[in-house]
Amino acid sequence: MIAGDPAAAGSAQAASRSTVLTVRDLTVHHGQLRAVTDLSLEVAEGEIFAIIGANGAGKSTLLRTIAGLHRPTTGTISLDGADLTHAEPEDRLVAGIALVPEGRRLFPSLSVEENLMVGAHRRRPGPWSIARVYELFPWMPERRRQRAAQLSGGEQQAVAIGRALVANPRVLLLDELSLGLAPRIVAQIYALMPELLATGMTILIVEQDVSQALRVASRFGCILEGRTTLSGRPGEFQPEEIEAAYFGLGKVAVR
Amino acid sequence: MTTSTAALDRPATGARVRVTRSRRPRPFLGLVALAAVAVLAAMPALVGAGITAKLVDGFILLTLASMWNLLAGYAGLVSVGQQTFIGLGSYVVLVLAQWGLQPYLALPLAAVVCAALALPVSWLLFRLRGGYFAIATWVVADAVLLVVSHFPSLGGGTGAILPGIAGIAPLTRLAWTYWSALAVAVAALGVTYLLLRGRLGLVLTAVRDDEIGARSVGARVGWAKRIVFLVAAAGCGAAGGLLILSQLNVQAPSVFSVEWSAKMIFVTIIGGIGTLEGPIVGTIVFVLLQELLAGFGAWYFIALGTVAVVIALWSPRGLWGFVADRVHLRPFPIGYWLWVDDDTGAGAGRAEKGVE
Amino acid sequence: MIWVGALVQGVLLGGLYALSACGLSLLYGVMGAINLAHGDLAIVAAYLAIIVIPILHLPGILAFVIVVPVFVVLGYVGQRTLIQATLDRGQLTTLLVSFGASIIIQNALLELSSADSHSIDVGSLVTASITVNSDISIAVLSLAIFVVAVVTLIGIELLLSRTTIGRLIRAVADDREAAQLSGTRYRHVFGIAAALAIGTVALAGLAFGMYSSFSPTSGSTRLLFAFEAVVIGGLGSLWGTLAGGIVLGVTQSIGSTIDPSYGVLAGHLVFLLVLAVRPSGIAGARQAA
Repeated sequence: MIAGDPAAAGSAQAASRSTVLTVRDLTVHHGQLRAVTDLSLEVAEGEIFAIIGANGAGKSTLLRTIAGLHRPTTGTISLDGADLTHAEPEDRLVAGIALVPEGRRLFPSLSVEENLMVGAHRRRPGPWSIARVYELFPWMPERRRQRAAQLSGGEQQAVAIGRALVANPRVLLLDELSLGLAPRIVAQIYALMPELLATGMTILIVEQDVSQALRVASRFGCILEGRTTLSGRPGEFQPEEIEAAYFGLGKVAVR
Repeated sequence: MTTSTAALDRPATGARVRVTRSRRPRPFLGLVALAAVAVLAAMPALVGAGITAKLVDGFILLTLASMWNLLAGYAGLVSVGQQTFIGLGSYVVLVLAQWGLQPYLALPLAAVVCAALALPVSWLLFRLRGGYFAIATWVVADAVLLVVSHFPSLGGGTGAILPGIAGIAPLTRLAWTYWSALAVAVAALGVTYLLLRGRLGLVLTAVRDDEIGARSVGARVGWAKRIVFLVAAAGCGAAGGLLILSQLNVQAPSVFSVEWSAKMIFVTIIGGIGTLEGPIVGTIVFVLLQELLAGFGAWYFIALGTVAVVIALWSPRGLWGFVADRVHLRPFPIGYWLWVDDDTGAGAGRAEKGVE
Repeated sequence: MIWVGALVQGVLLGGLYALSACGLSLLYGVMGAINLAHGDLAIVAAYLAIIVIPILHLPGILAFVIVVPVFVVLGYVGQRTLIQATLDRGQLTTLLVSFGASIIIQNALLELSSADSHSIDVGSLVTASITVNSDISIAVLSLAIFVVAVVTLIGIELLLSRTTIGRLIRAVADDREAAQLSGTRYRHVFGIAAALAIGTVALAGLAFGMYSSFSPTSGSTRLLFAFEAVVIGGLGSLWGTLAGGIVLGVTQSIGSTIDPSYGVLAGHLVFLLVLAVRPSGIAGARQAA
C-alpha cells in the first residue's frame, strides 16, 4: 500500500485535503501475465503524485487501467467517492479522468486545432479551453492548421497535454512525458506543472526519469513487478534507498 | 512419426517437464488412419455407384476445404478466389486430354501447372493485405473466367466434353476416379500435416501470434505464405481436375464460380478453422446436410451459410474445436503438449497445457 | 468519333463506380472492416425499390426517398449489432461473416424472386438523351447519376472535414483508443459511419438498378468494380476514388467498344496492371493486418 491512510504519509498538509482518486487492491492481468498486483493508492486534491519504476514495472498498465483502457481482474477505482471500476474510458473522461497516453497518440491526420476540438467535444465546465491552451503554448495558434503528424515530438507532447486539458479533468494522468524527448524539452514541459496545479487540477504522473519526477512531485510511489516497493515524500529518502526500490535491491521499505 | 518426447529437469521448482506432440500414443492413431484409408480404398467394391460418386464429391470438397484451411486458418490468407485454380485445373486436364494425354495422367500435371501459375499471381496479390487481398483473389478468378471463355476450343462459355475417356467402361472409370479422388484428398491432408509440423508450421504459428514480431526475429514470413499459396493452388488445381474427370465435361461459369469458395469456407468454418481435423468433420456434416436437404433448393445453401456465420461468431473453432476441447484428441498433432509432472505429489499431468 | 462517345460514356459510368466504391472505402477506412456483402446490399436496395414503388405508387426516380433512409438505419443498427460483433473478434471474422452474408443474400434473392433480371422503371428518362452531334449523345440518366455521385462525394467530404461528427469519425479512424480517451463513444461514431456508408451503398444500388438490369447474383460484380475503383484510385481519398472509378469506367467502355465481351475483362486487366506497377500508391496509409 502506498498510503492506506493519508495521515500515514506523514503530511499534515496532505491529510487536510480530500482524496480525489482512490485505487484499492488493484490487480491487472495482460492475458496470463500479471502486470499489477494488489496495488492501492490515494491521490489528494491539488497534489502531484509520481509513480516511478523501471521498464515493465507495471506503471503504464496502472495508468491505463485508471483511464479505463484495461479491465482490472480485482480491485476498485473511484473518483471523488464515485466508483468508476467498470466505466468505459469515454465516460471516465466526462467524470474527470484524462490520460495523456504514452507515445502521445495524437490523431495524425487531424490538424492541431482539430485534435484539441476532439479533446474538448465532451468537456466538463472549467477554466481550460482551446484559447487557454493557446495561451499556455504561444507557438500553437499560428500552427493550428498543421497536421499533427508534421509536428516535432515536443510539440506533439504539448498538443497531447492540451487535448487532455481542454476536457477540464479533475485528475490528469501523464504517462511517460519524457519518452523520446530532449532533456531541454522535458524540462520545459515539467515547468508547466505549477501552472496546471494553479487551476485546481490534481496530477498523477508515471515517469522513468526519476529525478525529473521527484523534483515536481509532492508524493511518490515506486513500483516493481506490479507491487509497491517504496512510497512517501521525495525528501524522506536517500537516493540509495530509492535506487534500491527502483531496481529491487535489498529490503523493501514502505513508510 | 514417432512420439517426440523431450524431458528436462527443472530443479528450481522440483517439477519435471515433458513435451509431446499428442496426449495419446501416436502409433495407435497412425494405424487407425491407415486402416481408414484401406477401408475407403475398398469402397467401390463394397457400395454402389451412386454412393461411390457421392464419395468422390466428398473427397473433392475435403481437398478444397483443407487447402482453404491451410490458407486462411494457418497463413492468414483469406482467399475467396480459389476457384481460379479449380477452373484452371479442370481446363489443364481438358487441354492435355485434347492433346492426346490419358486424362488420369493429366491430373498430377494439373496440380503442377496450377502451382506454377500461382507464383506470378501471388506476386500481384501479395501486394494487398487482409480483406483487400480477399477481393483481389476474386477479381483474378473473374478475369481468368473471362479469358478462358474466349477460347472456342475450350468450349467458350458453354462447355466442353472431356475426350480420351470414352473407351473405359463406366464402372471402371468411376473406380479410377474414386481412387484418384481418395489419393488427392489423402495427399492434401498429408502435405498439410507435414508442412505444418515442419519449420513452415513454426513460422506460420509465429505469424499468427504476432506478424511484426515474427518478421523482426527473422522469420521468412513472405516465403512461408508464398509456399502455402502455391500448395493451395496445386491442391485446388487437382480438385478441379477431379471435377472434370467425374463430370466428363466442363463449363467455365460453373468451375470458376464463387460458390466453390463458399463451399470450402463453410465446410472449414463449420468443421473448425485452424485445425487439420476441421475440414474432415465439416465435409461429413456438409455431405450429410446436402442429402438431408436435397429437396429444398437454395435453402440448403442459405441454411449452411447461416450455420457458418453463427459458428464464426460464437464458436470460432468449429465443431471439431468443440469436441477436441472435451476429449483432448489430436489425430493430426502439429502443436505440442507441455506436461508438468509435479513432484510435490499432486499427480502427474495436472498442469498440462496444449500449445498449438 | 465513336471513341469520344465511349470516353464520355465511360466517364459517366465512372461516377456510378465511385458512388459504389465510397461505401466500401468508408467502412474500411474508419473501422478496418471489409464488407464482402457490399455489392449484394446494393442489389437488395434495388429489389426493395421495385417492391415499394408499386405499393406506394411512387415514380421510380423517387425510390431513394424510401430506400436510402431504410439503409441508413440498417447501417447504424447493423454496425451496433452484427458488424461490431465481428470487429470485436478480428478481421478474419469480419470477412467470413460478410462473405457468408453475401452468399445468403444471393441465394435468398434467388429463392424469393427468381433468376430473372429486373430493372427500376424510371419512365421516359431511360431513353432521354442530349444530342451533342450526330455521333455523340449523352444519356440523361447517366449524366444524372454522375451528378448525384459527385454531389454525394462532395457532401461526404464536407461532412468529414467540417462537422463535429466528421472530425470524430476521422479521429476514431486514426486512433480508436486515443479517441476514447478524448471522450468519444466510438461505437456510436462507428454506427454513424456505417449508416453513411450503407446509405451510399443503397444510393449506388438504386442508380445501378435504374441504369441497367439486375438479377440476384449481380452483387458480386458490383463489389469487384467498387473495389477496383478504390484500388486504382489509391486508398484513403474520396477524390482518388472518383478518379479510380472514372479510369475503370473509361477502360470498360473502350473495351466494350472493341468487343462487347471485353469490357469487364479490360477493367480487371487495368486493375491488375495498377497492382503491378504502382504498388506504393495502393498499399496506402493504412496497413491492415
